[in-house]
Amino acid sequence: MLEIHDLACLRGDRLLFRRLGLSVQAGELWRIAGANGVGKTSLLRLLCGLATPDTGEVRWQGKTIRQERESFHAALLYLGHAPALNDLLTPLENLHFACAAAGDAVSPSDCSAALTRIGLGQQLDLPAKVLSQGQRRRVGLARLFLATQRPLWILDEPFTALDVAAAAELAQVIAQHASTGGMVIFTSHQEADFGMPVRTLDVGAFSA
Amino acid sequence: MNNAFIAVLRRDLLLAWRSRADLLVALSFFVVVASLFPFGVGSDPDQLRAIGPGVVWVAALLATLLALPRMFSQDFDSGVLEQLLLSQEPPVAWVSAKIAAHWLSTGLPLVVVSPLLALMYGLEPGAIKVLALALLIGTPILSLIGAIGAALTLGLRGAGSLLALLVLPLMVPVLIFGAGSVDAWASGIGLRAHLLLMGGGLFAALALAPSASAAALRITMD
Repeated sequence: MLEIHDLACLRGDRLLFRRLGLSVQAGELWRIAGANGVGKTSLLRLLCGLATPDTGEVRWQGKTIRQERESFHAALLYLGHAPALNDLLTPLENLHFACAAAGDAVSPSDCSAALTRIGLGQQLDLPAKVLSQGQRRRVGLARLFLATQRPLWILDEPFTALDVAAAAELAQVIAQHASTGGMVIFTSHQEADFGMPVRTLDVGAFSA
Repeated sequence: MNNAFIAVLRRDLLLAWRSRADLLVALSFFVVVASLFPFGVGSDPDQLRAIGPGVVWVAALLATLLALPRMFSQDFDSGVLEQLLLSQEPPVAWVSAKIAAHWLSTGLPLVVVSPLLALMYGLEPGAIKVLALALLIGTPILSLIGAIGAALTLGLRGAGSLLALLVLPLMVPVLIFGAGSVDAWASGIGLRAHLLLMGGGLFAALALAPSASAAALRITMD
């Protein structure tokens, strides 16, 4: 489904990695591993199409993601380092906007159900600036519940700032998505129990 | 296409309302700059009447410039811009919505306040109407051109001053025909040529600026 050929990434005048190849099939769970600064986030941004590869290409269902931008982005959910919240809006407004802007028709009641499920039922109407780091993260992660129809999830450090219970539930949601035919690519420094095999790609092995 | 446009327009207008103190700063800046000139050039009514339209236009241009860096920078820092670029909707849709929201929250208030300043410069009622009309057509062009500059300078050090250097020369034609329209009306030549030219400029900017800004944003985020 998602294939990467001969990918190289240049940051400034430093070559982060080269000749990186990967093929992700439906139902697979991939963890991108590697030390800090090895290029994990850069790789995820290349996979999403936010950055252009210096060499090589990323293919989605056989076509490069440049050619098939709209259908690829309709199939993709990317959650980056930053939780993409505006401090002046409530979690509910932030989540509803994120879904609507991405092109998903989601009602405000679906959004509040997702936020309640992720443990923010009490904070629905507070401005996001009063939330803690972990709570801000959860607002972003609540989109996972509303994007199950998008097959490809790319998550950058989803476990950061989460408490043990929330991390366990997140692992379950990710495993659930993969077991129903989705694909999940994530980076993480924490160990999590997914209850299913996790394939690992070590970016460090491709560093120049 | 409509989904993303409406979602972004509603959110940006809501945000503008919640941070209305910022908008008030730009509006006060407009009023203060326009009020400074009589102190500098003296209080001869004829002279003030002659420079009035030009002063109001320059002040409007500077006030627009003051608010421009905010158009994308907050969303750039928070990661919302990344998410918007990954939307399945075409970028032109939501970039247009951001520009529209920016004009509604900063440009339109300038148009509404301008008759007050024109009155201060002793313009006659007819000239005040012409000035407001010219601003109504001209300020959207300023927002549209400014969006390209704001997108190009996003995330740079000293983005504000670089932005001014980049877009001010492009805004000069709007200034010439905007301020000139009042003189043209007063001298009896008629407004037609000026308004048609500005209208043409508005349509050209509407057609080109959103896609240019979207392309600039994609380059900046790369």
